[in-house]
Amino acid sequence: MSFIPHSDEDRKAMLEAIGVRSVKELFQDVPERVRFPDLDLPPALSEMEVRWELENLASANFTTAEGPCFLGAGAYRHYVPAVVDAVLRRGEFYTAYTPYQPEVSQGTLQAIFEYQTMICELTGMEVSNASHYDGATATAEAVITAINVHRLKRRKILLSPWVHPEYRAVVRTYTQGMGLNILGDTGDGSPPVTDLVDEETACLIVQYPDFLGRIEDLSPYAEAAHRAGALLVVVADPIALGMLKPPGAFGADIVVGEGQSLGAGLNFGGPYLGFFATRMEHVRRMAGRLVGQTVDAEGKRGFVLTLSTREQHIRREKATSNICTNQGLVALAAAVYMAALGRCGMRRVAELCYHKAHYAADRIDRLDEYTVLREKPFFKEFVVRCPKPVKEINDYLLDEWGIIGGYDLGRDYPHLQNHMLVCVTEMNPREEIDMLVEALQEAV
Amino acid sequence: MMKPQISPKPLIFEISRPGRCAVTLPELDVPPAELPQELLRDDLPLPEVSEVDLIRHYTRLSQMNYGVDTGFYPLGSCTMKYNPKINEEMARLTGFVHLHPYQDERTVQGALALIYFLQEFLKVIGGFAAVSLQPAAGAHGELTGVLMMRAWQCDRGQSHRDVILVPDSAHGTNPATTTMSGLKVVEIPSDNRGNVDLKALEAACREYSDRLVGMMLTNPNTLGLFDEHLEEITALIHEHGGLMYGDGANMNALLGIARPGDLGFDVLHYNLHKTFSTPHGGGGPGSGPVGVSAALADFLPSPIVAVDPQRATEDSPFFTFYYPPKSIGRVKAFYGHFGIMVRAYTYIRMMGPEGLRQVAEDAVLNANYLKSRIQHVYHVPYNRTCMHEFVCEGRFPDAPNVRALDISKRLIDYGFHPPTNYFPLIVHEALMIEPTETESKDTLDAFADALLRIAEEARTNPQLLHEAPHNAPVRRLDEVRAAKELILRYQR
Ligand SMILES: Cc1ncc(COP(=O)(O)O)c(C=O)c1O
Repeated sequence: MSFIPHSDEDRKAMLEAIGVRSVKELFQDVPERVRFPDLDLPPALSEMEVRWELENLASANFTTAEGPCFLGAGAYRHYVPAVVDAVLRRGEFYTAYTPYQPEVSQGTLQAIFEYQTMICELTGMEVSNASHYDGATATAEAVITAINVHRLKRRKILLSPWVHPEYRAVVRTYTQGMGLNILGDTGDGSPPVTDLVDEETACLIVQYPDFLGRIEDLSPYAEAAHRAGALLVVVADPIALGMLKPPGAFGADIVVGEGQSLGAGLNFGGPYLGFFATRMEHVRRMAGRLVGQTVDAEGKRGFVLTLSTREQHIRREKATSNICTNQGLVALAAAVYMAALGRCGMRRVAELCYHKAHYAADRIDRLDEYTVLREKPFFKEFVVRCPKPVKEINDYLLDEWGIIGGYDLGRDYPHLQNHMLVCVTEMNPREEIDMLVEALQEAV
Repeated sequence: MMKPQISPKPLIFEISRPGRCAVTLPELDVPPAELPQELLRDDLPLPEVSEVDLIRHYTRLSQMNYGVDTGFYPLGSCTMKYNPKINEEMARLTGFVHLHPYQDERTVQGALALIYFLQEFLKVIGGFAAVSLQPAAGAHGELTGVLMMRAWQCDRGQSHRDVILVPDSAHGTNPATTTMSGLKVVEIPSDNRGNVDLKALEAACREYSDRLVGMMLTNPNTLGLFDEHLEEITALIHEHGGLMYGDGANMNALLGIARPGDLGFDVLHYNLHKTFSTPHGGGGPGSGPVGVSAALADFLPSPIVAVDPQRATEDSPFFTFYYPPKSIGRVKAFYGHFGIMVRAYTYIRMMGPEGLRQVAEDAVLNANYLKSRIQHVYHVPYNRTCMHEFVCEGRFPDAPNVRALDISKRLIDYGFHPPTNYFPLIVHEALMIEPTETESKDTLDAFADALLRIAEEARTNPQLLHEAPHNAPVRRLDEVRAAKELILRYQR
């Protein structure tokens, strides 16, 4: 039997030691009525056969590695250096669990301490936790933190309409039992969400670059929020932060985001990485695991999980969150990624994305039937007004050219029917961009 | 005692040297655009290291870690079973790794099929009508499930209901989830056999009858015991208009033994990272799918994967995303931890129905065997036939200063990972031991021998325990100081 070492003799000896005759006797407490059901599952496969089956399923997909891909919208195709997986594959890392016993978990703990430091540098904040499930749930946890910072006295949450639609949905799901008033994201962005900030507002949430790829000076948001005593929460793209001013420099109070771009790959939507950083003044209200530095009995530096008095296993119903298992290994991937690229490499990836996206936008804008909306600076994504429904264009791109086209903004924004969100990263060579331009022209 | 070879290492920031980089990137192949000067950052002080130094750094860190691949890891409640290597390879197939979540459904039929069949497998294993794989971990599944229970109550005009009953043996995520869902926790004590105290439960049901949303119950519970009154409990909760939430952290004991749906649970979360052999990753990523009865199927988080008969071709069905009509909404972006689903799917296919039952039988056999080997020395307060784990006390009447933590740290010197400490809260100096089915009798014997030796040492040389570990990369760490000084990042 796979993965079970016992021989029948072993079992016999063990049953004897326990003092029962058969293993069935161990299940007397299970109501007989329902005991030992037949499970209607397919029969067991050998390793070889399971490999064939999985390879079949995998090859039934058409992936972004097979054709040019211009799809982003919250999940991005960035290069994952070979060192990342080399580290993740070490059994000492991936077969361990949460470092409850620090003396045998210094590897995980130090790696997370380093991760926390790098996230602080990237976001311009003072403290980062060890991770959340993804960018969306980190955003929802930021809302809960903001509510707690205001001791439940402020119940209004302002969301920019240009925060990722699924993140806004998750914020609503998480808080549906809390009696909050979530506003600001239903229209097309006018009047601006800053006009709605008042003394009832716990936080204002904006995205940087926003869902449409645009980059804005965040100072007006920070001023509007702070004038009313509200927190500014910024959902940031970590790759963009390789070149852009960090949200902390604008006065953000909490910075969260999706860390998938930092070495996690696409993986059909997960597992990804929620990062969460804030100022020290809020550290006791923040959710999630936190690694701190200390010393051992001989005075040597070491690391432990700390401030667990915020967490569910100590505080139970009064905890800041219910989170327990988080995204440890993906945070490790992000740390390896950031360390591998380092000071210059992170900047360089960001600039490659920026220049290539602008090249693509310039060329598409020159096509008669397409217009690129570019009143504001953008980073690696931009909006293209198309002459017909995006779905039709994407079907054509895929079926005739093998190109995975951009995101259909009409899915989420009624006023953006026929608008495509195009994403270009360092993974798109010039030839792919030229091919997209040609294909778009032919698509009309 | 021999001094360990591996000792603390410099931080990655401390080996950084200006100008180094571990990755080469292509030259820019398009004309550069103008950069938005006023929005650029001045500097990004990340480490600068070469590739070989980077790899050595993380290799050394890994050597300071203990995983299932290193040795026995009987961390109770966490099901630290062996993580098959084939799982890792399958999750890295290019046909899965490079899929974007927003691709056209036509191009991701293999991935959707895998999600669909894993949903189906989990329906069969748990006895449920529907399953969503979206939740990212156990606690996330709890939030999903309790929000669904609340939504179900609201849907039938019972929005005033606001109470969840939680046993005192429950994991901390259960009460924390209740609060996050906007509901109130009422704690129910345990009886002297480790079951939910039925009298207390009846009283609470009466008192909160019109406010009851339901009950969260872990079964087998965190003492490793199958509740002897389970059928009475579920009947009672249902009588008072409540729903039964099952914390499926302990499903490893029930595979092919009993289906939670048959036992009266309306919702249950699975932990793919426990029961279905996906790795714990040093603290995630996990995956916490929820299974539900027919009454709750319409409330599942969206989307889930269904077959679309209209788009089926002659030789294959067509898989598509489906949005349940009364859904509580999404609980995360996209569809869940797909990479973890691939591993769990691989495992279930390799085990088959008989293999899964063998898993549960041997997990329970191993726990009872280990208990039989140490129970004369380590007091087991609720001592009856256990399921996949048991809880003993880490204290001895004739060694009054020795605590469970000392025993745990001493186990490290013997080459073992410690059990779970101080949980569940209803056992003094708890040592919660879960061996799992993947451990051999030899390993269990070696571990039992170590525990018995440590009990001896506790009497003859307690200092050895208080100062343990002696044989780890670091000595005992000062957690109080960490919380006081709050050094949470490296400062240059
Ligand atoms: C009994 C029990 N419930 C819930 C959880 C939470 O699961 P997760 O850590 O996957 O969120 C755990 C995990 O440690 C547990 O042991």
